[in-house]
Amino acid sequence: MSQISVTGQTAIERATTEARPVYFPRRKKGIRPRSIAILVFLTMCAAFFCVPLYVIVVTSLKTMDQIRLGEIFSLPEVWTVQPWLTAWNDACSGINCNGLKVGFVNSLAILFPSLILSLAISSVTGYALALWNVRWAGPFMFLLFMCAFVPFQIIMIPLIVLSGMLKIYGTVWGIAIVHAVLSMPLLTLIFRNYYKDIPNEIMRAAMMDSGSFWRTFFEIILPMSGNILIVVLIMQITSIWNDFLVGLTFGGLGTQPMTVILANVVITTTGEVVYNENMAAALLTAIPPLVIYFFLGKFFVQGITAGAIKG
Amino acid sequence: MPSVSFEHIVKSYGAITVLNDLNLSIDDGDFLVLLGPSGCGKTTLLNLLAGLLEVTDGRITIGDRDVTDLDPKDRGLAMVFQSYALYPTKTVRGNLKFGLSASKLPPEEVEQRIAWAAKLLQIEPLMNRKPAELSGGQRQRVAIGRALVKKVGVFLFDEPLSNLDAKLRTEMRLEIKKLHDELNPTIVYVTHDQIEAMTMATRIAVMDGGVIQQFGTPDEIYERPANIFVAGFIGSPAMNMLDARLKVDGARILAEVEGAVGGIDLSDYPFMNRPNDGAQIVLGLRPEHFGPLGVILPDAAGTIALPVQYGERTGSDATVYFRTGGKLLAARLDPSQLHAARQGETMSVSFLKGRANVFDARTGRRL
Repeated sequence: MSQISVTGQTAIERATTEARPVYFPRRKKGIRPRSIAILVFLTMCAAFFCVPLYVIVVTSLKTMDQIRLGEIFSLPEVWTVQPWLTAWNDACSGINCNGLKVGFVNSLAILFPSLILSLAISSVTGYALALWNVRWAGPFMFLLFMCAFVPFQIIMIPLIVLSGMLKIYGTVWGIAIVHAVLSMPLLTLIFRNYYKDIPNEIMRAAMMDSGSFWRTFFEIILPMSGNILIVVLIMQITSIWNDFLVGLTFGGLGTQPMTVILANVVITTTGEVVYNENMAAALLTAIPPLVIYFFLGKFFVQGITAGAIKG
Repeated sequence: MPSVSFEHIVKSYGAITVLNDLNLSIDDGDFLVLLGPSGCGKTTLLNLLAGLLEVTDGRITIGDRDVTDLDPKDRGLAMVFQSYALYPTKTVRGNLKFGLSASKLPPEEVEQRIAWAAKLLQIEPLMNRKPAELSGGQRQRVAIGRALVKKVGVFLFDEPLSNLDAKLRTEMRLEIKKLHDELNPTIVYVTHDQIEAMTMATRIAVMDGGVIQQFGTPDEIYERPANIFVAGFIGSPAMNMLDARLKVDGARILAEVEGAVGGIDLSDYPFMNRPNDGAQIVLGLRPEHFGPLGVILPDAAGTIALPVQYGERTGSDATVYFRTGGKLLAARLDPSQLHAARQGETMSVSFLKGRANVFDARTGRRL
């Protein structure tokens, strides 16, 4: 036993101590002027985003007394989280002073039905268009493609009238349906292009094995679409959470999302502008999508590149 | 185990007609191989039978059922695909199970069939793996298993062995052959590999340009090819095709060929019609029907003396190529004779009696 360990040691020593002779020495690459220029440029680009963010974060942690001095880049003299608490609990949107937390709950209540509805509709539509022989699939795709470029503002008023007729105006489901309809063209295109890459023979095998549209979708296709689901999920969470216009126009008094409440909080001017609270409120509204990115970002990148190289 | 028949099948895509008035029928328990080069319509024909494509015109029957307008799942077929087409997110067991999803069987029966197929194909230890964790041969077995569990009468194979390496291909070939012998289903098998066709089939349909060039047993196809296409397609090295002129003198019929001293005697060739003197023909001589190099056999059909171009050895055999006109003439030899073949030297070799194929030079048909 000891014998073995001794020989093992010598072998390792020999490998590490005996330097391999260098026949063709290669010059070390230093930092060249060109890379310095690129670094400077990139730093400037980063600063473009980082500096305003820095100002927002430090302002939200300052007292109003310090803010009145106007030195926006200085660090807080007295660090305080009071603006954050006030923004969350007591900020006034119009005459209601219940803070942003109302909007947060509303946003969540809007987010989940919207997500489920938009993903369900667009994935099934994409699946049908990509993998089944649908009559008029080509013209339908073209129509969807055109719809993807119609601005929401143009169809806003007819949609409001329509949702009023369907008695869903001002409800969470009303907002969810509008979100699902608006996102359907783009998401359907994304799903359709993803499903187009599924090998033809797998669909043919499923056609012979089961022949059922829904069974094939739930048992074969949906389990294969993990990557694209994550991508679309993140896109949708971000766009639904950050949406302002749909929430503003379709949200009733009890169903206004966080962004609408935020706007009301910031716009409401009685006396002085409470910058620290406004900044804190803005940050609070922006945090949830960032958290999602933080946890699912890795899958997002995987999903985006999934179609690039067949793996 | 039903029979399968195609009647007056037409398949066209817009203005392009792929299959035109095709007729073919096989008995139950037959192993039909559709053989032909790429783009000959063999896969189209298989997909029409499977129901994955719709016929433009014609009728397909399986047993005594007209299946022309049925959905694929209702036709009573199982198919094995070239890329195996296993469901990547399902385990092997899940794959086999999904194969039965249209059949609405009781769960015990499903389990029993899966166990039976797994045992038959020796994939029992793999049942809980995903397809990505299997080797090519194992995937192939699973794909066959997914077809077997359906216990249908007709199995379709679409070039199932072309993604395997040479050794595995030979193994799987035997295995499929064995399955056919044990279970005796009707099989329709598409391939471009003539060895697969020759070894497994009970019936071969050689296709080219959407037309069945010849339909027959492997022996018929090999020994009596119906036309020049079939003759050239089957056999490796390919049959030698020599332009020749017939010389009919009473009962004695000779083919005058370049390099053949005194011609090739075709007196015993079973001509369908008595040929005319001076008719232009194509003489088909298989490489393996030549005698030993440099030996003039007395009872041969004729002897050819031509300059040697080169010789090559393929393991158990050797082939020597002679130069004739712009073409090469291949003759199979015993490898021990190969050293005797010296390049450029004119050497003679006899062609055995009763083995020649004769085709009309104009129509390409067998005479």
